Amino acid sequence: MCGFGGYLGSIRDGKPLLERMAAAIGHRGPDERGIFTTPGAGLGHVRLSIVGLGDGQQPMSDPSGELTIAFNGEIFNYVELRDELRAKGRRFRTASDTEVILHLYEELGEDCLSLLNGDFAFAIWDARRRRMMLARDRMGVRPLFHTMSGGTLYFASEVKALLEVPGVSAEIDPIALDQIFTLWAPIAPRTPFRDILELEPGHLMIADQNGVTTRPYWQLDYPDRDTRSVYTRESHAAEELRDLLTDATRIRMRADVPVGAYLSGGLDSSVISALAAGMTPQGLRTFSVTFDSVEHDESAFQEEMAAALGTEHSAVACGAGDIAGDFPDVIRFTEKPIIRTAPAPLYKLSRLVREAGLKVVLTGEGADEVFAGYDIFKEARVRRFCGRQPGSRSRPHLFRKLYPYLPGLQQQSAEYLAAFFGAGDVALDDPLFSHRPRFKGTAATKMFFSADLRAELKDYDAAEELVGRLPAAFGRWHPLHQAQYLESRFLLPGYILSSQGDRMAMAHGIEGRFPFLDHRLVEFAARLPPEMKLKGLVEKHVLREATKDLLPPAIGRRTKQPYRAPDSHSFSGAGELDYVRSAMSGDAIAAGGLFNAKAVAKLYEKCQSRPASGFRDNAAFVGILSTQLWLQTFTGRSLRKAAAA
Amino acid sequence: MTQAIKDRVRAFVIENFLFGDSAYELADDASLIENDIIDSTGVLELVAFIEDDFGIVMADADIVPQNLDSLARIAAFIEAKAAVPVSA
Repeated sequence: MCGFGGYLGSIRDGKPLLERMAAAIGHRGPDERGIFTTPGAGLGHVRLSIVGLGDGQQPMSDPSGELTIAFNGEIFNYVELRDELRAKGRRFRTASDTEVILHLYEELGEDCLSLLNGDFAFAIWDARRRRMMLARDRMGVRPLFHTMSGGTLYFASEVKALLEVPGVSAEIDPIALDQIFTLWAPIAPRTPFRDILELEPGHLMIADQNGVTTRPYWQLDYPDRDTRSVYTRESHAAEELRDLLTDATRIRMRADVPVGAYLSGGLDSSVISALAAGMTPQGLRTFSVTFDSVEHDESAFQEEMAAALGTEHSAVACGAGDIAGDFPDVIRFTEKPIIRTAPAPLYKLSRLVREAGLKVVLTGEGADEVFAGYDIFKEARVRRFCGRQPGSRSRPHLFRKLYPYLPGLQQQSAEYLAAFFGAGDVALDDPLFSHRPRFKGTAATKMFFSADLRAELKDYDAAEELVGRLPAAFGRWHPLHQAQYLESRFLLPGYILSSQGDRMAMAHGIEGRFPFLDHRLVEFAARLPPEMKLKGLVEKHVLREATKDLLPPAIGRRTKQPYRAPDSHSFSGAGELDYVRSAMSGDAIAAGGLFNAKAVAKLYEKCQSRPASGFRDNAAFVGILSTQLWLQTFTGRSLRKAAAA
Repeated sequence: MTQAIKDRVRAFVIENFLFGDSAYELADDASLIENDIIDSTGVLELVAFIEDDFGIVMADADIVPQNLDSLARIAAFIEAKAAVPVSA
């Protein structure tokens, strides 16, 4: 794991700059720090030592000194790759996976990426060709940001390192803000920071004296809708899935330190914990977060699963006020405004893991994207079902079945359900069909944008930009695969893996590992027929079949309970803190310039007086507060001072 | 009568769902759902408002878009209901 920063270009004082960049992301690598400089390039690294504890220091150069790498992440198949390279006569000086990348690069150049199975972002300085190669893993588990300043390319694992570069300052990108307030996340390579971009998942960048070129080396792909799947027998598919998942977990257990697991009480993390427990003779440690609100808490299932596996289980309680207490730190690490508080409990959870003395945890994240677990996939199916009989009074009742945890929905009539979900007037050929209600509902939060921001955005439409980013083959895919692509390619790296994954774990120097995102498993699942994933309205069907012997029946049969946390309610009553009042005050809102102070005041008052407000109010409250905190943290505007003025 | 009811409902919608944005051109017959003014929770807030402010008891069968999805429909519904004594 770790973090790194660097540059390509002739600058003065490269070493002190790299020191500052490394210090800014020191939380990612508290164990060691290293700097490499050469005329025209530099790399800095902070290390969380997990593999090759004694000899994996970075930046690492090959014996000739012509190749130097700074690397964040893990190559899980490094043992097999090292054996193959040794058979070819290559000699290794360390036990690290880092050195494997160097050898592979020397053999294959950028084609080495196709052989790497892992979660990674890295930079290789190639002195012979005088070029820098940047690369990021296929699914976007590890981050990599970059910017140009004064003709020099700068890059780093987190934006806060880039803000150490003279001439680079934080300024919000209104388009990115519009995307967050519509799609929940910016569309990469855009970030909330104007002129700071991220390398997209599955992409590589080559920078040399001719300039900078970026291209994909891997893309998520699905078969054409009418193509007969190679998987015709469910039992065979389940068997192959089990083998792949077992191997994906096995190679993610590779570490020279103990590996633990998150245990939410749901199917996915339970499956991973069960597989990992079977591979941990000394006993697995598991970790979970509990809530004092019944609608969010899953502790009964967590305890049942931990008892069934015999793990040493630790839980951290997230009560009223905890989310509010941590929220400013959460935004410092997400480095982006967010419309839900869900990252905050995970921030607290990773702190628990660190306090327990572990550095590595397995998680069940990714299964919902890969095996169609999210409610939105079922919702799209029901909407299509309703669309075939728009006048039906019985079909819309299925929406209640989809969301048993939303009490407000249970009281609605069929007519209202049909209207809310756009079930009566469906554009079946809309490429965003599956996500349109979510995007439309979220975009309603933009009513709080200030007149200036609206004027700057003019007629910009984030959803339409998203349509423009879809691959040419998208229209030929099955509707379920289209929906899976939207979740996997945009929301997974743009929100889930970054805001709830890497950044919350690395805030406390914890490495999360994601067996469900092993690219072999992702490619396998993409080739499965849709009905093996979403069977009727049962999500992740083939995964349940493949793992039913691993889990207690009550957990194996559980309907997915989406991971959620209290939103605006976290900031009222016991959770209301001075910083919330200050950040949401009229003066602070006016100073930020992004929102309508009068409307925000009414929203604030409404959320304080009635905690159970709907999605739009909750998302707007959290989005506005997090944006205000983002401004305060990164642009140096003192909202507190403004509020006191 | 209808205009007075409509004004009270409009004030509630502007205050509660448009957060004071009186510049929003809310036509009498504009759909509150299609214009993203209310969501499922908003409907329940609307029902509570009608019951509290107009003393009307709303049955489940009353809570349908035909009665509540625009200012005009809400006003007409309230007026019709108010004309009928509520039995205990």
